[in-house]
Amino acid sequence: MSVRIPLLQQPRAQRVIYPVLVGVVLVAIWQGLVTAMELPPYLVPSPYLMMKTLVADWVPLGNALLVTLKITVLSFVAATIAGVLISFLFVQSKRIETALFPYAVLLQVTPIVAVAPLIIIWVKNPTAAMVVCAALVALFPIISNTTLGLRSIEPDLQSYFKLNRATRWQQLVRLRIPSALPYFFGGLRISSGLALIGAVVAEFVAGTGGSGAGLAYQILQAGFQLNIPRMFAALLLISLTGVALFVLMAWLTKLALGSWHASELSQD
Amino acid sequence: MNRIEPAVLAPPAAPAAPAVEVLSAQKTYPNGTQALLPVDLSIAEGEFVTLLGPSGCGKSTLLKMVAGMLEPSDGRLLLWRRPVAELHTCAHKLAFVFQSPTLMPWASVRSNVRLPLDLAGVPRREADARVAEALELVGLDKFATALPRALSGGMQMRVSIARGLVTQPDLLLMDEPFGALDEITRHKLDAELLDLWRKKKLTVIFVTHSIHEAVFLSNRVIMMAARPGRVVEQFEIDEPYPRSADFMVSPQFSRYAKRLQDSLLRATGAHDEVAN
Repeated sequence: MSVRIPLLQQPRAQRVIYPVLVGVVLVAIWQGLVTAMELPPYLVPSPYLMMKTLVADWVPLGNALLVTLKITVLSFVAATIAGVLISFLFVQSKRIETALFPYAVLLQVTPIVAVAPLIIIWVKNPTAAMVVCAALVALFPIISNTTLGLRSIEPDLQSYFKLNRATRWQQLVRLRIPSALPYFFGGLRISSGLALIGAVVAEFVAGTGGSGAGLAYQILQAGFQLNIPRMFAALLLISLTGVALFVLMAWLTKLALGSWHASELSQD
Repeated sequence: MNRIEPAVLAPPAAPAAPAVEVLSAQKTYPNGTQALLPVDLSIAEGEFVTLLGPSGCGKSTLLKMVAGMLEPSDGRLLLWRRPVAELHTCAHKLAFVFQSPTLMPWASVRSNVRLPLDLAGVPRREADARVAEALELVGLDKFATALPRALSGGMQMRVSIARGLVTQPDLLLMDEPFGALDEITRHKLDAELLDLWRKKKLTVIFVTHSIHEAVFLSNRVIMMAARPGRVVEQFEIDEPYPRSADFMVSPQFSRYAKRLQDSLLRATGAHDEVAN
């Protein structure tokens, strides 16, 4: 018979309840300040007005969200595939890694805002251009984490495989890839957020309007029109997308690593 | 005290074929460090031999050379009269047990034990049957589906031993396998190991830095010393098996331990004189 623990003392419930409480308090303060100081909506809209705008403008905002999501997901997938392939290339020989790694760093340290106009000129299709931009932003953590993971093998376990005359393929499938998974998922978690940031930045630079416009364009437009509540609503959607991506990645990590990896064990 | 023991006079009943021959094998690293001075050693089939010595005496180096994990810088090592590298071409097999359990944390106990069979391409059905047998042998048949981290240190070590036994080796090489365990668990596993050795007629080379463990387990103790790593002396532990816990508190046991202790001190003392 399990003892009934009060809801507030359950760690699972606490993980939800505590942040929600903080959110409610912050929103209440925000609403209170806006009302008390009679701030005009073109400076700071109240949370209520923001939500009202979100519902009223749902059609353009929702469409924009879909566009941004599409670019984010496509670039994230592209970065994951490219990053994993590059990592496999790197671990084939130390020489390849030594020769190529500085260029991976170069890719990482060059601000995407500076490169984006060039990519947009080179790549005809605007969606493809934005996917390339966002993928470039998301690529590095996957390369560096997966490479580190593929190299992080317990030396004795590797000796054991060699002693048993394991082929290169057997070592890769049975030893390297499972050892790399925790690092790979760590990379995914960082990159999913970066893909979203990359997508928004690329939209800003591309400035595409019309039907193919994403949330960044909605923010630009709302800024020009001093439609600040709408700007806030778009911002809210971007933030929520980021949170959703993070939660999705955390869930995937749990699914893949299950109970074996220390990072996935509850600390209770 | 000059009486000659009859056992020495009598010719050995059946001279067992050497399973392991170490012929002037030595290890010097490219930077000039002498990990192991030339060693000559012959280990008979079915013998339980312990390599005993302080850290840095080259006992692990010697063991890894026997396993073929390290190349000697000079000299030769033979297993059943063949070079170590050609072992896979003959019917004999060796298994290596590391100091840590070295299990795959993502795989169940069963998959961990099955690993050497999977790597060798043994059909799944046969492999599973042999895994079940090996797990029963080490008393872990109820934990086949558990993950390694759910087991205690001693149980993880048992999994490691089961993984060693599942290939049905003739030669079991153990590199301080119980060094990280508490003393009570270690005694228990030592006793279990002796049972397995007798039951499976294994040849065992066991590395340890514990004098008591060496005396309790072995037919023969090879005493080694450090800086440079070398073999100093050999001792026969002429006690019948099975050895019970009573043996560990017997006067003979203490005498053996004392002789090994003195030998170790002599070896260390000689080094100190050289150093001064």
